[in-house]
Amino acid sequence: MERKEWPLWEVFIRSKQGLDHRHVGSLHAVDAKQAVQMARDVYTRRMEGVSIWVVPSEAITASDPDDKAEMFDPMADKVYRHPTFYKLPKEVEHM
Amino acid sequence: MYTQAMDLAGAPTLAPASTPEEAAFNARIAADRKVEPRDWMPEAYRKTLVRQISQHAHSEVVGMLPEGNWITRAPSLKRKAILMAKVQDEGGHGLYLYAAAETLGVSRDQMLEALHAGRAKYSSIFNYPTLTWADMGAIGWLVDGAAIMNQIPLCRCSYGPYARAMIRICKEESFHQRQGFDIMLALSRGTTAQKAMAQDALNRWWWPVVQMFGPPDKDSVHSGQSAAWGIKRISNDDLRQKFIDATVPQAELLGLTIPDPQLKWNAERGHYDIGPIDWDEFWRVVGGEGPCNRERLATRVEAHEAGAWVREAALAHARKQGARARKRAA
Ligand SMILES: [Fe+2]
Ligand SMILES: [Fe+2]
Repeated sequence: MERKEWPLWEVFIRSKQGLDHRHVGSLHAVDAKQAVQMARDVYTRRMEGVSIWVVPSEAITASDPDDKAEMFDPMADKVYRHPTFYKLPKEVEHM
Repeated sequence: MYTQAMDLAGAPTLAPASTPEEAAFNARIAADRKVEPRDWMPEAYRKTLVRQISQHAHSEVVGMLPEGNWITRAPSLKRKAILMAKVQDEGGHGLYLYAAAETLGVSRDQMLEALHAGRAKYSSIFNYPTLTWADMGAIGWLVDGAAIMNQIPLCRCSYGPYARAMIRICKEESFHQRQGFDIMLALSRGTTAQKAMAQDALNRWWWPVVQMFGPPDKDSVHSGQSAAWGIKRISNDDLRQKFIDATVPQAELLGLTIPDPQLKWNAERGHYDIGPIDWDEFWRVVGGEGPCNRERLATRVEAHEAGAWVREAALAHARKQGARARKRAA
């Protein structure tokens, strides 16, 4: 059967100049142009944004939640990557 | 708007886990951490969420009908602009919620089909008619007010996409309640006829709104599974009481009388006591016998079917343009 549902898009909004675009939600639209128009109507009705990105949902590749341990746990024991690991002599006030 | 509790709360209990995935899921819930779309979850958790979120989405969408009825007859340009903005918000709420449900593997078309076939419910409050302009005030003040009470705890729901949609929605709802109260304020400070219109709207909407919080806790037949899963956080009766306690002083300020002769402050409990709620009426309306059930569903189905050719043409056009662009690039 032919698919009648419009493709799904993920919407990213820059809330003000100088900040990152952030994922705000998703919507269905026939193409990118319409997705931007609809994102404007749905996600920026109260001046929530100054710029919009839309990305076809199927174009996103995500890490597998089942691999969470292998992917992210190795970082847990590398405390020396954080500045707080290093005890400075009292004489050094700012570093 | 608007969820309607149809589940009955009970003591929160999580069944003991039988697999490692389930144990991990239970631990996550117990630690009050969020569940995200691709995480493992019990099938019943997924089903409960799909049902609740899609019902909630349907309520937002059907909820546009009683108010849309008054857009062309709003008493001033200002009121018309406000009402249009509110109705547009409700459409947006429907979208956020459908999108949250879609992350659970159900399609938009499947959800709409369930609504249009009468299998899926929406909040029964929208099966009452909007007879006068004062109903726009009563709906905003009371119906959106009740919805806010219901929805604030859902911002902490265990399912991430639902919680995030609720945060967005709650931010927008507060304007809905205030504009409704503002209409009631204008009417109750107006002529005798205007004040009578406001009172009449309160008389008709009060009990259906009190019923919006769902059946009483003592009629609990379910296991409280929703509470155990961190989906439902506060019981129907507690939310109802909270709403009544907040609303009675507002009615007094408006100079309007809540249509409940037994309504009385109980100093010992620190809450208002109310008269008996007509649950037979609630179940009648939920079961399809409210004043507007057939009309609401028929209007919804007609709008969807009449728009089918637009949706199909837009998709066909986009596909054609896409194919042409690919050909040019080749
Ligand atoms: Fe609302
Ligand atoms: Fe809403």
